[in-house]
Amino acid sequence: MKVLTLNFLTCAVKACKSTSAAFPLHPKDCELVSDTLEANPKLLFNILPRIDWNALIITASELGFPTLPPTPPTPEQLENDPKMMQELHTLLLETQISEGSLVCANCSHEYRVKEGIANFLLPNHLV
Amino acid sequence: MDSGSVVEPERYEEQHVHQVYEQIASHFSSTRYKPWPIVKSFLQSLPPGAVGLDVGCGNGKYLPVNRDVFIVGSDRSTNLVKIASQHQPHAAVVADTLALPHQAGRFDFAISIAVVHHLSTPERRREAIREILECLNEGGRALIYAWALEQKDSRRGWDEGHEQDVMVPWVMKTGKKNPNEDGSTEKTFQRYYHLYRSGELEADIVAAGGKVVESGYEKDNWWAIGQRDPGNKP
Repeated sequence: MKVLTLNFLTCAVKACKSTSAAFPLHPKDCELVSDTLEANPKLLFNILPRIDWNALIITASELGFPTLPPTPPTPEQLENDPKMMQELHTLLLETQISEGSLVCANCSHEYRVKEGIANFLLPNHLV
Repeated sequence: MDSGSVVEPERYEEQHVHQVYEQIASHFSSTRYKPWPIVKSFLQSLPPGAVGLDVGCGNGKYLPVNRDVFIVGSDRSTNLVKIASQHQPHAAVVADTLALPHQAGRFDFAISIAVVHHLSTPERRREAIREILECLNEGGRALIYAWALEQKDSRRGWDEGHEQDVMVPWVMKTGKKNPNEDGSTEKTFQRYYHLYRSGELEADIVAAGGKVVESGYEKDNWWAIGQRDPGNKP
């Protein structure tokens, strides 16, 4: 599961969804693998404003990546900085959580990630 | 409604929808590769960088249509999600349509193709649509498809007046190496469907707190594009 995906996931429990504690989910005991993926500048430039940057800062730091700048780079900055673009591409699209859990800070429920697939089906008592 | 009848449809769908797809996943996937034209043009019309959902994504056959957007697909079937997650640059997770792991108001678009017709009560079908619409931001659009009751020229031949809740067989070849006990080499699975009649999908979208932007009929299916409607308080 990509780091980018984590930016668009929250706890599946209805009562959690509206709380700020449920987003982002927190990686726990996660193994990371790196995929090689061709960079698509058109996607990367345009998706930046759609990313919750503060959540990404938390996710990146919890996964052990170097601290991200407090605000996202502008498309112009990215265009003139191929290194920054490659780093963002690597973090968002190439870095995968292969095994581990994603934890909701509101209800403490842990969602398992197995073979890169996150499972959000809820046990009966949480539905 | 007593608690017994709340649990029942879930168990029913578990047996007659989820377990079937999990078992037929790979065979089903090999037959699902051609995108329907309206879904294709909906996805191709999106601006680069748009972020959306494919609720009930199955094998992810719509994910390759546009690689300049980012789609988080979800499905109940782990076996289908494993196939779907191979379509870059997109993503796929295992989730229930009635409990999506996504924030409200966050997404530019959603598609849900041939999914809500697998839910076995009107309340659950509307709840599924509500769940999808809630994920959309202002101006976000959801394209929803459901199998039509009116399809007298299809090989199933259903039409107006027919029972809307039906079991539909899926015949899978087991192969000569794995024959059934009686020596036959085919296995039949029954899937539950609610066949939508004309106007029903639009009515469900409105009942789910949305508004219909556009709707129509394509290849034995009703489709509709819905949006959140702040003025609609059902």
